[in-house]
Amino acid sequence: MTDGSAPITRADVEHVARLARLALTDAEVERLTADLAAVLDHAADVAALDLDGVPPTAHPLPLRNVLRDDAVRPSLDRDEVLAAAPVAEDGRFRVPRILDPS
Amino acid sequence: MTTSGYEAVIGLEAHVELATATKLFCGCPNEFGAAPNTHVCPVCLGLPGSLPVLNRAVVEYALRFAAALGFRVPDESIFARKNYFYPDMPKDYQISQYEEPILVDGSIEVDGVHIGIERAHLEEDTGKTTHMGGGGRIHEADYSLVDYNRAGVPLMEIVSRPDIRTAEQARAYVSELRGVLKALGVSDVKMEEGSMRVDANVSVRPVGTEAFGTKVEIKNMNSLRSLGRAIDFEIERQIAALEAGERIVQETRHWDEADGRTHGMRTKEGSSDYRYFPEPDLVPVAPSGEMRAAAAAAVPELPAARRARLVADWGVSEADARVLVDVDGLADFAAAAVDALRDGAARDVANWCTGDVMAHLNETGLSIEVLPLAPDGLAELVGLVAAGTISRNQAKDVLAECLRAPTRPAQVVAERGLEQVSDTGALAAVVDEVLAANADAVAEYRSGDDKAKKKKRGFLMGECMKALRGQGNPQLLNALLDERLA
Amino acid sequence: MSAATEIAAAVRAGRRTARDVLEEHLARIDARESEVHAFNLVLADEARAAADAVDALVASGADPGPLAGVPVALKDNLCTRGVPTTCSSRILAGWRPPYDATVVQRVVAAGGVVAGKTNLDEFAMGSSTENSAFGPTRNPRDVSRVPGGSSGGSAAAVAAGFAPLALGSDTGGSIRQPAALCGTVGVKPTYGAVSRYGLVAFASSLDQIGPFAGSVADAALLLDVIAGPDPLDSTSSPRVPAALGPGLRDGVAGLRVGLIDELVDAEGVEPEVRDAVSRAAAALEAAGATVERVSVPSVVYGLSAYYLIAPAEASSNLARYDGVRYGLRVDGDDVATMNARTRDVGFGPEVKRRIMLGTYALSAGYYDAYYGKAQRVRTLITRDFARAYERFDALLSPTSPTVAFPLGAKADNPLAMYLSDVCTIPTNLAGHAAASVPFGTGRDGLPVGVQVLVDAEQEPTMFRVMQALEERAS
Ligand SMILES: [Mg+2]
Ligand SMILES: [Zn+2]
Repeated sequence: MTDGSAPITRADVEHVARLARLALTDAEVERLTADLAAVLDHAADVAALDLDGVPPTAHPLPLRNVLRDDAVRPSLDRDEVLAAAPVAEDGRFRVPRILDPS
Repeated sequence: MTTSGYEAVIGLEAHVELATATKLFCGCPNEFGAAPNTHVCPVCLGLPGSLPVLNRAVVEYALRFAAALGFRVPDESIFARKNYFYPDMPKDYQISQYEEPILVDGSIEVDGVHIGIERAHLEEDTGKTTHMGGGGRIHEADYSLVDYNRAGVPLMEIVSRPDIRTAEQARAYVSELRGVLKALGVSDVKMEEGSMRVDANVSVRPVGTEAFGTKVEIKNMNSLRSLGRAIDFEIERQIAALEAGERIVQETRHWDEADGRTHGMRTKEGSSDYRYFPEPDLVPVAPSGEMRAAAAAAVPELPAARRARLVADWGVSEADARVLVDVDGLADFAAAAVDALRDGAARDVANWCTGDVMAHLNETGLSIEVLPLAPDGLAELVGLVAAGTISRNQAKDVLAECLRAPTRPAQVVAERGLEQVSDTGALAAVVDEVLAANADAVAEYRSGDDKAKKKKRGFLMGECMKALRGQGNPQLLNALLDERLA
Repeated sequence: MSAATEIAAAVRAGRRTARDVLEEHLARIDARESEVHAFNLVLADEARAAADAVDALVASGADPGPLAGVPVALKDNLCTRGVPTTCSSRILAGWRPPYDATVVQRVVAAGGVVAGKTNLDEFAMGSSTENSAFGPTRNPRDVSRVPGGSSGGSAAAVAAGFAPLALGSDTGGSIRQPAALCGTVGVKPTYGAVSRYGLVAFASSLDQIGPFAGSVADAALLLDVIAGPDPLDSTSSPRVPAALGPGLRDGVAGLRVGLIDELVDAEGVEPEVRDAVSRAAAALEAAGATVERVSVPSVVYGLSAYYLIAPAEASSNLARYDGVRYGLRVDGDDVATMNARTRDVGFGPEVKRRIMLGTYALSAGYYDAYYGKAQRVRTLITRDFARAYERFDALLSPTSPTVAFPLGAKADNPLAMYLSDVCTIPTNLAGHAAASVPFGTGRDGLPVGVQVLVDAEQEPTMFRVMQALEERAS
C-alpha cells in the first residue's frame, strides 16, 4: 500500500497516534479516521499525478552555505530556564521513568 | 572465528563529538563537565520560535577529515529531521544528515587492509539523562533527570562498510580512526568520556558463503577493550545459536560490562518509523573549492605516516612506533627530546619514552603536558648514559626523580654524587685493595671449577662495587678483574 | 487615512506624545474589546512605560525611529521576552519566552509601542480564529461573524482601531484572508524577507511574518522596519530590501497585470467577490496598467499539496510540546504516557487533526505518495508562476472566496474551512509575495479583499499596485 489509494483505517489512525504521542479517546479516533479520509480523498488528485520528471521543492529559497562563526554567545540563565519547567530537580528537568529506550 | 567454520561480518558506526568551541547550531559552549543546564539557549533547548544556524567550523572539520581519508564530498549535502520522542532530545526530532551526507566513500588502512567507510555525516548530540533510583538502571528507575548541556553538540557519525572480520580488526580500525581524528585536531575521541561512541553491527555466515547473515546491532561499549569483548561474545553467541538450529533475530543488544554478555532489548513494534524529511530551517551545504582546499592544507602528518617515519628514522620497532604515536603528545615529546640531543641515539630516547615515561603516565594517570620533565631533560639523561657518566640502572632512578619533581638529570646526578668512576688508575687501586683483603677468595677462585670460579668472581666484583659505592664503571672494573685474576 | 505614518511623524516632531496616542487606543480597547476579543493579553502597563520612554527620547532631542509612538499589536505566536506567548494553546498557557523574536526587537528599536498579544487559531491552524483555546475573536465589522484566521486577532485589532498596526503570520493565507474579511491591508512578504526567528513555527518552509495596517502606506512603513537579513535565521534572505515608502505613489502606468483564471473561477468564489476583482482590474486599467487573463494551471493542486506539506512540517514542529521543558504537563506513570496525555489535553481538535495528517503523510510507505508528491507539485506551481511573470509584473485574484462568514458556519467541516485558503495558498508554496487590499463590499455590505501577487522580491511593484487600488477603492 504505497500509492496512497487505499482508504485509511482505524488501525492506521491508532498507529499514527502512537507515533505522534497523542492519547486519543475512541471517539477521537473515530472522528479522525473520517476527517483524515476526507482530506486524503481530496489529496488523491495530487497522489495520482505522474511527476517522475519533476524535482521536489523542499525550500522556496535558493540559498546555500548559511554558516555561523564558531564564536561563543551567552547562554541563558539557568534559573530562568528551569522556571519554565513543569518539574525541576537538582538543576535538571525531571521526567517520569523512561520505559521504552528504542 | 573461522575455526568453527563460520566467519563474522562486522560494520562499525562511530559517533564522534567534534571539538569545536560552540555547538552545532548555536553559540553555546561545547564544553564537557559544566554544571547542568548552564550551556543552553533557546536554540539548543528547542524553545518555540528558535532556529538553527550551522557552525562553520563543523563543516571545516568534516572537510579536513575528507581530505585525510579520501572521501568524496558531494556538491551538496542537506540536513533532515529524524522524528522520534525522547526526553533527552529537546525538539523531539534530531537534526541529522540522512539521504545526502556531507562525506561518502572513504577508507582507512588498518594493518595493511583497507576498510571502507561508506559515509560520514553531521548531526546533533542529545542531552544527558540520569536515572534516579533502581541502581541507576533505566528500567528500574523511579524517575529521570535531564541536563541539556550536551544537546546540540556536533557529532560526526562515521559508518564503515561491513569489511571487518574479527574483534581484533574492529579494535584496530577504531584505534586507527581515533589516531587520525586526533591528529586532525577535530575531536578528543575519548571513549571513556563519551566523546567517541561506537556501535557494532555483527553477523556471521558459513565460511565461503557470500550472503550476509542476519545482523545484530550492539551498543553500550565504552572502551576499546569492551568493544573487542562484546564483538567476540556476540560472534560466539550467534554461532552457537546457528549450530543449535536457531534463527538469529535482527535486534539491538546492549553490552553489559559487568557480566560480559550482550542482552536483547524489547523494542515496541513499529517504533522506529523516523519520518525523515528535509530540514526546512536549514539550507544545503555546498562546500566551495576554496573551503575544500583550505581543509586539505590543514591536514597534518597522519599516524600511519608518522609511524613509518619513526621506524625508518629512529630505528624503533613498529610496536614502539605505535605506542609513541597513539599516546597523546608522546611522539611530539620524543621528537623534541631527539632535537635537543647532543650525545646518544634517537632510539634510546624512544625507548625511555615507551618504557619508563609511559609506565609513569599509566601509573599516575597524568598526561604528558603536565610532566615536570621537559624533552630536553630527557635528552640530557640519554646524553649522561651515552657519555658513561651514569649507568642505565642509575639513569632509571634519575629519571624517576625527574618525573616526580621539577629538577634536571645532571642536577640529580651531582646532588647524589652519582658520577661513575671511570678513571682506570683509581679503579685499579680499589681492585688491588679488594684482592689483597680477600686472599682466601682469590685462592679459592684459582683452584675452583667453573662454577666456583663464577661464584667467587661475582663476590669480588661486588666487593669492588661496594668499595666504590656502586659508582664504578662496570665495564672497566670487569676488565681490571679479568686482568688481575688471569 | 495613514494613521501610523501620521502618528509617527507627529510624535517625532513633538506635536503629539506617544502616551496620548496610546491612551486613545487603550480607550478604544476598553470600549470594544469585550465584544471583539482581539487580544489574548493587553499590555497596558508595559505599553505606557514604552510610550513614556519614547516621549523621553523625543524630549531629549533623539529620534525614536520610524514607528515612534505607534501602538503595534503582535500575534500571540511571536515570542516576547518575559511576556506570555501562548499560540492560543493550552499547551503553552503561562509560558514566558526568555527571548524576543527578531521582529519584536525591530519594532521596539524603531520606537513602536507593543500594545498586546492578539488571538489566533491555535498554532496558526485555521481560517476563522475559532480554534483558539481562549475563545473566538469576532469580526469588528459584524460581531456575529468570524474575522478570518489564523491572524484574526491582529486583523480585528487593526479593524477595530485598537492599534494602527499589527503583525501576523501567513502560512497559507493567515494574514491575507483575515485582512480581507476585516477590511484591512495585509501583506505576506517573500519567503525569507522577514526573519522567522521567534515566530513559533507552524510549517517552516511556508511561514512568513507580515504586517496588517489600515492603509497601504502604513503597511509599507511596518514592513520596511521588520524586513531584512537576520543572522539568527538561516532562511532569511541576505539581500537588503529596497525601502517601499519612496516609490509607493509611482503609479501603475505601463504595468502588465494578469488576472488568474483558475483563482477567479475557483470553487466557492462568491459572485460579489468576483465582481470586486473585476472592478479592481478595471480600476488598474483606468490608471494606465494593462490587464489580461492568465492561466496558472497547477494552482488547482495547491490546496491538496498544502494540506500535505503544512501538516507534515507541523507534526514535527509541534513534537516538542511534550510536557518536559515548558508549558503544560499532565502526569503519567512513564514518559510516553505523560507525553501522550499532555498532548491530548494540551492540543485542540484542529491541531490534533493536522498532527495526525502530517504524521501519516510522512510515515513509512506513504512519504512518496503524499509528502514527496506534494513537494513536486510545489515545483510545478513555481514553474507556472515563473511563466506568468515572464508576461506580467503582477497578478490579481480574490483573496478569500467569500466575505466573513458567521461563527460556527464551518466549524464542523474541516474541508470547507480549508477551502477559505484556496486563493492564498499557491503564493506560500512558491515562496512569493502577495497582499490583500480592501476593495469595496460584497454580501451584506461586508468587506471584500483583492489579492495582488508578485514574483519573489518584487514587493515594490506589489505596493504600487496596492496603492493604486486603495486610491480607487471607494
Ligand atoms: Mg546517528
Ligand atoms: Zn544553545
